[in-house]
Amino acid sequence: MAVEVRLPTVLRQSAGGASVVAVDGATIGEVLGKLVAEYPGMAGQVLTDEGGLHKFVNVYVDDDDVRYLQGLDTPVPDGAEVSILPAVAGG
Amino acid sequence: MLRLPRDLYSEMVAHCLAGLPDEACGLLVGPYGGEEASHLFVTPNAAASAMVYEIAPQDLLRVDRAAQDLGADIMGVFHSHTHTDAYPSPTDVAQATDPGWHYVLVSLRDTHPVVRSYRIVDGQITEEPVEVPGLGVPGLDLGLGTAAGPSL
Repeated sequence: MAVEVRLPTVLRQSAGGASVVAVDGATIGEVLGKLVAEYPGMAGQVLTDEGGLHKFVNVYVDDDDVRYLQGLDTPVPDGAEVSILPAVAGG
Repeated sequence: MLRLPRDLYSEMVAHCLAGLPDEACGLLVGPYGGEEASHLFVTPNAAASAMVYEIAPQDLLRVDRAAQDLGADIMGVFHSHTHTDAYPSPTDVAQATDPGWHYVLVSLRDTHPVVRSYRIVDGQITEEPVEVPGLGVPGLDLGLGTAAGPSL
């Protein structure tokens, strides 16, 4: 299922400046995997080398954080909006 | 350089003062990579700490959607230092994930709040002038080379 993926400002340069891209995938893992395959500039910023979610990144399916659902196995319903959000913190 | 309309500057400083004794934070909205913030969105400090700040992802998502509705983007973040200078800490640098953002520090160390702004790219801190129309004198040397940070 094609889903819309909202990109944070830090990743838009890797997608030619686009703030939203369409990616196929039935789960978050599939969607993110296809995303970094299509936009290699994002590799390393979204997923770790082991294929897990990068700790400085939060992923939402509509209004839900996937870390509180099934993580990368979270299913992505047709028409859902996936949002990638950077961690914003400091001291 | 960062240009902040006076009402946004006031709201930002007021939010930082209201957040005491904890650090306070929020987001600047305007053109990504641009100089002027058009909107300010204050957010809770999810860490609720006097030493660290964190913007909860659901708050970030809410502001990101609001920015999109305004035809703009998140173009910076501000947070306060309750007892130290308005200079990025090592933690601030390590967690500065977007090289295109303005990083604004508000120091409440003294009775007069100090506002300074920085670009943080590949771990390198570069201070930039903050212009608040109506505040200060245009073109005046703002004395950026103070004890709080490196001289430019």
